[in-house]
Amino acid sequence: MDIQDALRPRPPDQRPAHSNNKTKLKIEHLRKHFGAVLVLDDVNLDVKSGEIMCVIGQSGHGKSVILKHIMGLMIPDGGRIALDGATYSTPTSKPVDFEEPRRKLGMLFQGAALFDSKNVGENIAFPLREHTDLSENEIRDVVAEGLEMVGLQGIEEKMPSELSGGMRSRVGLARAISMKPEVMLYDEPTSALDPIMGDKINDLILDLRRKLGMTSIVVTHDMSSAYKIADHIAMIYQGRIIYAGTPGEIRASRDPYVQQFIRGQRKLHYAVEDEKVYEAPVDINKLRPAYRPGQHRG
Amino acid sequence: MISPLRIPVAALEKTGRLGFGLRNAAYVFFAHVLYISELAYKTVVRAPLLFKNVSLSIEQMYIIGLESLGLVAVTSVFVGGEAVVQATYQFSGYVTLRYLGMVVCKALITELCPVITALVVSSRISTAIAAEIGSMKATEQLDAMACLSLDPIRYLIVPKTIACVCMMPVLVIFSELVAFTASIITALLFTDVSLTTYLLSLRMFFFPKDLFIGVAKTMVFGMVIAMTGAHFGFQSTKGAEGVGEATTKAVMTAAVLILVFDFVIAFLVL
Ligand SMILES: Nc1ncnc2c1ncn2[C@@H]1O[C@H](COP(=O)(O)OP(=O)(O)OP(=O)(O)O)[C@@H](O)[C@H]1O
Ligand SMILES: [Mg+2]
Repeated sequence: MDIQDALRPRPPDQRPAHSNNKTKLKIEHLRKHFGAVLVLDDVNLDVKSGEIMCVIGQSGHGKSVILKHIMGLMIPDGGRIALDGATYSTPTSKPVDFEEPRRKLGMLFQGAALFDSKNVGENIAFPLREHTDLSENEIRDVVAEGLEMVGLQGIEEKMPSELSGGMRSRVGLARAISMKPEVMLYDEPTSALDPIMGDKINDLILDLRRKLGMTSIVVTHDMSSAYKIADHIAMIYQGRIIYAGTPGEIRASRDPYVQQFIRGQRKLHYAVEDEKVYEAPVDINKLRPAYRPGQHRG
Repeated sequence: MISPLRIPVAALEKTGRLGFGLRNAAYVFFAHVLYISELAYKTVVRAPLLFKNVSLSIEQMYIIGLESLGLVAVTSVFVGGEAVVQATYQFSGYVTLRYLGMVVCKALITELCPVITALVVSSRISTAIAAEIGSMKATEQLDAMACLSLDPIRYLIVPKTIACVCMMPVLVIFSELVAFTASIITALLFTDVSLTTYLLSLRMFFFPKDLFIGVAKTMVFGMVIAMTGAHFGFQSTKGAEGVGEATTKAVMTAAVLILVFDFVIAFLVL
């Protein structure tokens, strides 16, 4: 890819409107605690079909936990998750309830989660071999194509232990998208990458949406990539979504927590000049003290 | 000063605590055994799916069989030699050494080789399985399998279990061959028995049934080895410490269960 091309900023209005306003994934009142720590308090998120939703928030505030709930890797303590209108995850869900939605979902793990005992090619081919009727030759082509998409052509024979963190993450991405899921969850796809490769991955996420109409939920710390790809940005703070809006809206938001995060400031700046303007959507201080999240974090 | 009357009370209290501790340990042990049985059931149910990916099992057979071969060979040499030395000592002055071979043969094929091979293999393989599954859990590989609709029991546990169940009899027969050779050498070098007497007595009262049961029960031990390893791997908590703990628990439980099953099988079959 041409470096100049990668660095050129893209005006936000060129973003195609793929969202057809049909809700694809709906999270309602999701709640989860581990031991005494309440990680998710009340998460509500509505993802439209074909949209790219970025979830931002500080480290340890439960972004990965949300994605794991969507994948059915964790059972919520409260609330529900629905895909295409069908609720599949509730506190009483059984492992079988997740089998059906998982066919439509794909996930890139924060640590890539490659199978160490298999080489890169086998990692990508494994699910294809088990779930599709493709011949060995076709599988080889799909693997090569997937690696090409993430900029890693020709490393099929390498073992995961021989790869760098960013390479592993991209192989994980190739593995997840090779199954062409309807909804793709990315857990920090660009955080281990250099800016140029990060931009390539951003383009890939946009491309998948354009070509396949894939719905994406992208957890990220990287505001520039969030502004670039997101249709909506949701901010999680202490177990709640405190703000959700378009990139433009979130930039203009007066919420001190949002501003603090997107500008990378260490101190909160309240909008004191006009007291009415600042209304935090959630008053953290009104949470019951016993359930106050974040206390146990260092 | 503590009144002397308190001493028995304190002793009683200590014993009581110990009792509760033991009771809890027993609960924990039986809980694990229940989970292991459940896992074994799930594995057996999925075993027919094996034929869709035979290569996975064959690969595991290589690993489990070859990796244990050296260990089994070394232990078997000493088991065979020791059996002769011990029998000679116990016989001395009471029984003629004409029966030495018979006793050694019975001991080796019914108990010593199967059980010691199983214990040695479990120290190698159930820990390896627990560590592998545990580290896959810690690095979210098991979660990734679930996301890709790949059943970890089917793709990880079934091949390992089949490999253990198939390789244990092979290993034990190998162990018996080595142990017999070692016993013959030991008998010739350290006792006054001639080769012909020893070989003749080896064949005395030899029942194929003994050999058969001795080999067949190692298939049960193979199952125990694979299941305890898998169970504690799945159970392990995140991080390297969790993996270490899982391997320790796996080998401990496997050893206990092997001896328990050995007793139960002896009780039922003999
Ligand atoms: N399996 C678990 N058991 C116990 N606690 C957990 C578990 N998974 C996550 N947590 C806790 O939940 C909180 C949120 O974790 P999570 O991984 O979702 O953070 P995150 O927002 O993804 O952070 P980062 O940006 O660093 O990845 C953390 O405090 C963590 O300690
Ligand atoms: Mg995370």
